[in-house]
Amino acid sequence: MRLAQHMSVASDRVRSTVIEATEFPELSRAYHVMGVPKVVINDRVQFEGAVPERDFLGAVLQAVETS
Amino acid sequence: MPILTERDQAAVRKEFERIAGGVKLVVFSQELAAADLCRQNEQLVREVAALSAQITVEVLNLAIDRERAETYGIDQVPAIVVEGARDYGIRFYGVPLGYEFSNLIDAIIVASTGAPALSEDTLASLRALASDVDIKVFSTPT
Repeated sequence: MRLAQHMSVASDRVRSTVIEATEFPELSRAYHVMGVPKVVINDRVQFEGAVPERDFLGAVLQAVETS
Repeated sequence: MPILTERDQAAVRKEFERIAGGVKLVVFSQELAAADLCRQNEQLVREVAALSAQITVEVLNLAIDRERAETYGIDQVPAIVVEGARDYGIRFYGVPLGYEFSNLIDAIIVASTGAPALSEDTLASLRALASDVDIKVFSTPT
């Protein structure tokens, strides 16, 4: 999920953490990870699977709006 | 025994031709918490760093270097912070092997250039962000 990393470089507001799900079972359980990749933004907006850049940005903006 | 095969090394060297500046990989370990994974992570990072003169490595201990961990927002091990000209906020939790390995290589390159491969629309939206965004990407090696 390279988009997250590129967004981090684009904005000081954005931090991205790639988490190896099987090595962090507690975190994975806490965020209800059933399939990967799973993206969770600001603990509010989430989706599974690869998405186009436009949709990823939409999820980021949605997460900020609902924060 | 090396983690990266000669073929892996050759492929990464080719990717690293795009590195445009210094990158520091800050590794957080803690033997008591996850000894094997932390050792594997450190070895992987050192093997990657050996493939470019532009990459430096700093290994810290989560329990001892608490202030640094707090500054980076790291509370799990093994962890990697990918820093370019500054800390862009790129983090990895766990040993980035398999699919995540290509993410690590890509993160190193984009941190070195400071030039994200995103559309103008996306860049404009991100520049206008008024609050912080935390993106967690759960992944697996395969």
